[in-house]
Amino acid sequence: MTTDGVRGLAGPVSRLVEQFHRLPGIGPKTAQRLTYYLVRMPEDQARELADALISVKERIVLCSQCFNITESDPCSICADPSRDRTRICVVEEALDVLSLEKTGAYAGLYHVLHGAISPMDGIGPDELRIQPLLGRVRDGVSEVILATNPNLEGETTSMYVHRLLAPLGVSITRPARGLPVGGDLEYADQVTLGRAIEGRQPF
Amino acid sequence: MPGSRTYRTEAVVLRQSAIGEADRILTLYTPGVGKVRVVAKGARRQKSRLRGQLEPLTRASVSLSAGRSLDVVVEAQTVDAFRSVTEDLERLTRALYVAELTDGFTVERSANEPVYRLLVETLGWLSITDRAALLTRRFEVLLLDHTGFSPELYRCVECRSELEPGGHLFSCSRGGIVCPLCRAGSEALIPLSLNAMKVVRLLRRRRRFEDIASIHVSDRLIGEIERLLRNYVRYVVERGLRTTRFMDLVCSSSPGTRRAS
Repeated sequence: MTTDGVRGLAGPVSRLVEQFHRLPGIGPKTAQRLTYYLVRMPEDQARELADALISVKERIVLCSQCFNITESDPCSICADPSRDRTRICVVEEALDVLSLEKTGAYAGLYHVLHGAISPMDGIGPDELRIQPLLGRVRDGVSEVILATNPNLEGETTSMYVHRLLAPLGVSITRPARGLPVGGDLEYADQVTLGRAIEGRQPF
Repeated sequence: MPGSRTYRTEAVVLRQSAIGEADRILTLYTPGVGKVRVVAKGARRQKSRLRGQLEPLTRASVSLSAGRSLDVVVEAQTVDAFRSVTEDLERLTRALYVAELTDGFTVERSANEPVYRLLVETLGWLSITDRAALLTRRFEVLLLDHTGFSPELYRCVECRSELEPGGHLFSCSRGGIVCPLCRAGSEALIPLSLNAMKVVRLLRRRRRFEDIASIHVSDRLIGEIERLLRNYVRYVVERGLRTTRFMDLVCSSSPGTRRAS
């Protein structure tokens, strides 16, 4: 038994705790809890988990059209003949595609930028998949929906992409801004409330 | 104020970063405490009351509770979100540069109220002026002044002799103009035209932007001053600024401002 890494822990256990701790949102306690859960797990289940981890790295690629994370290229959305090919929804991350798909309210294609412009962190347009978007838009697209996050980086990204797309004569829209369901008017921030009032709709 | 457990202050959010599961670390600039790094717990959660109140470049009224390492935001209310700034790419980019400069020129917990006033005033003017490039240069000049880095523009920094009219050479390391006699053996010097020097002097002397906004300054001259100040600022903060690359990209198609001259 070694005490490398975490004191009093067996080497492999300590190693796993450290690996979990590197994941987003996992603190030292959660890392230990997960590790001890795995220690008690039947071996076949543990192998399944390990296999799933490896196959994510080995079998997942980026779709060559929309840059979504996929097992087959093009991805299932880009390959689906029933999708509306005249619309592209631009999002920051592949997770955003998942959220929008869950709404069932959108039947067009996507474009994943893989990040947002953040001048203060030195992240510029060159770090994102913006150029391929321009090529796709020229290819018979009539509407581009800029669905970046409604924060400063997302807004910067949308405004920059908008500037590049404007000369192409395509319709550029973005999701409405307003009050969240189950929210409280009193606690809404000034900008959201302001935009919600400006964008009010007939009842 | 420090000493009591909770204190209330106005602040401008200079930058923010995510930490932990749902928290944010914010760099605030306040009139009474100067720059302060605080943590906004749970601010990334959908239902957080702090959400949306503390985006970068927001002027807010905040209650802070003294923490062990970082103070904690108890409550925040937006005073001005500067929407016309954050909804226009060029203005937003300039505002981010202004925030980065403020961050770079100040140290934590060292109050400098003129810097706070300059910051708020600049963001305010940025919302309405069509002379954003000139406003940015004014911000640089006055920030240098308020933080003790104002360049010497009347006398040679070496021999202290008064400068003769004409083109001059600027030394970043010595913080001012070097006269022709003292220039031998100097490191790289930046040429500075008489007109550019006059504008910098004017920006420092006439404190009100209203007084400056009506003066005709050509794009070329603003560009010359921008190059000088960028070099000097980089020398003072001892690093390149991150926002300048994007600012150059966004503002290059319309040098200076849309109607700078």
